[in-house]
Amino acid sequence: MSQLYSSTLLENAVNEFAKLPGIGRKTALRLVLHLLKQSEEDVELFGNTFIRLRKEIIYCKVCHNISDTEVCHICSNPGRDAQTICVVENIKDVMAIENTQQYKGLYHVLGGIISPMDGVGPNDLEIESLVKRVQDEEIKEVILALSTTMEGDTTNFYIFRKLSPTGIKITTIARGIAIGDELEYADEVTLGRSIVNRVDFTNSFK
Amino acid sequence: MRLNSISILNYKNIAQADLEFPAKINCFVGNNGMGKTNLLDAIYYLSFCKSHSNSVDSQNIKHDADFLMLQGKYSLRENEEEIYCGIKRRQKKQFKRNKKEYPRLADHIGLLPLVLISPKDDGLIAEGSDERRKFMDGVISQYNSQYLNALMQYNHALKQRNALLKNEMMTDATLFEIWEEQMVMYGNYIYGERKQFVERFIPLFQQNYSFISEDKELVGLEYKSQLHDASLAEKLVKNRERDRIIGFSMNGIHKDDLEMTLGEHPMKRVGSQGQNKTYLISLKLAQFSFLKQTHGVKPILLLDDIFDKLDEKRVTKIVELVAGDEFGQIFISDKSSKHWEEILPRINQSSRIFKVVDGEIV
Repeated sequence: MSQLYSSTLLENAVNEFAKLPGIGRKTALRLVLHLLKQSEEDVELFGNTFIRLRKEIIYCKVCHNISDTEVCHICSNPGRDAQTICVVENIKDVMAIENTQQYKGLYHVLGGIISPMDGVGPNDLEIESLVKRVQDEEIKEVILALSTTMEGDTTNFYIFRKLSPTGIKITTIARGIAIGDELEYADEVTLGRSIVNRVDFTNSFK
Repeated sequence: MRLNSISILNYKNIAQADLEFPAKINCFVGNNGMGKTNLLDAIYYLSFCKSHSNSVDSQNIKHDADFLMLQGKYSLRENEEEIYCGIKRRQKKQFKRNKKEYPRLADHIGLLPLVLISPKDDGLIAEGSDERRKFMDGVISQYNSQYLNALMQYNHALKQRNALLKNEMMTDATLFEIWEEQMVMYGNYIYGERKQFVERFIPLFQQNYSFISEDKELVGLEYKSQLHDASLAEKLVKNRERDRIIGFSMNGIHKDDLEMTLGEHPMKRVGSQGQNKTYLISLKLAQFSFLKQTHGVKPILLLDDIFDKLDEKRVTKIVELVAGDEFGQIFISDKSSKHWEEILPRINQSSRIFKVVDGEIV
């Protein structure tokens, strides 16, 4: 349904908002009208925040996480275990793992996973830099923490192939029954895997 | 298994019907467009949560009505099952078993096994190999829940490999290896399952065909796969360059087929309409026997207008076959009641003829 806007300025603004994920044209219009009601300074601040974000954002040159400094606060933190690298798909995953407060090592953000259908190949990702990191630094273990889809598995495999000549220890996050889940509702593949990869009971409550 | 009674409201051209069914043969007779097939379709709906002929639910509601309702009372093993289906325009459809609503429709499918033989089956012979793979997949996934998952994973890996073939930027051999490894893993599993299935299926099929045709013709059914004589892994590696030029993976279980022959020749070319029909019916009846084995109950059999291309002899043979103890309850649609009035008393089973006139059943 095409709507008629009373001004091209308005229409352009709506078009820009509607480009965002999860925002349709109706929501976009609502947001634009809301902004119009705000004071000029507020809207300026709003716009400038994004312009600055885009212009000044820095990706950590070690792990490629988003950062304010050349090396991010995780990579530069001396209290962290610099011999372990956890490989994740994107920045959201870093935040998720950080929130668990269970991990004290460093990260490596790939920036996506391999999917030829979406035109993403290994060269579009930070895989070369990971290999280089493993070769140059004193790394003991690489943990693969990618999504458990076929693309995630493929990326895991690809990295594994690239890293195996270095002889480093490569692990992957455990897959199994979620905490608080009832067995009868677990899907068969997951349940099957948890049985095959069962853990010693003494390790289960660590 | 048996459908004891059905009540229908506003399903396609049937405004209202309450019918009780005897345990063996039920015949719906009437002229074209009277609603015989719709009646069978209503029974089909209660088993599969969808119509065989039209997947748009709002179009299955009678034109001037706002909702439809189907209710069937079944005897399944020792139990009575009451299945209810209600659809209102612009609302989610409801499926209830014994007055309790299903959270997911998938939970219902498979409870009431059913085989439908309809004119649409012609595609199995006439159309591409896709139809025949679908037939195999459909039967296998009814008794093997992992099969469908493997098939989906295989197709996914295949899609990724095809995308890789078309992308000139990605020539990394490791990438090919990884997708191919997954294709091989799932492909080999699917191959094994299909092979096993066809091996068990062929004797059932042959038996049916020779019974119906009284051994007049020799028909064949064979599983064709590139994996018979070569490993998929090797083929994929060997043909990478050629596949790249074509832009498509030429090897794998997505090229499998079921070869159907009459004498020495492909059914598609030499089969007469009657022979094709006999072939398809034998195939579907073999599927029936298969489902019976895996479910442990006799499925319901629907025969939709299958007799018009067949000679009198074959019709009698088919009726003789399905009236036997191997088969359970049967629903038939036909244009005229002429030969049913003749045949039914002869086979001495509980049966009934329903006349369908303008969506009304008398």
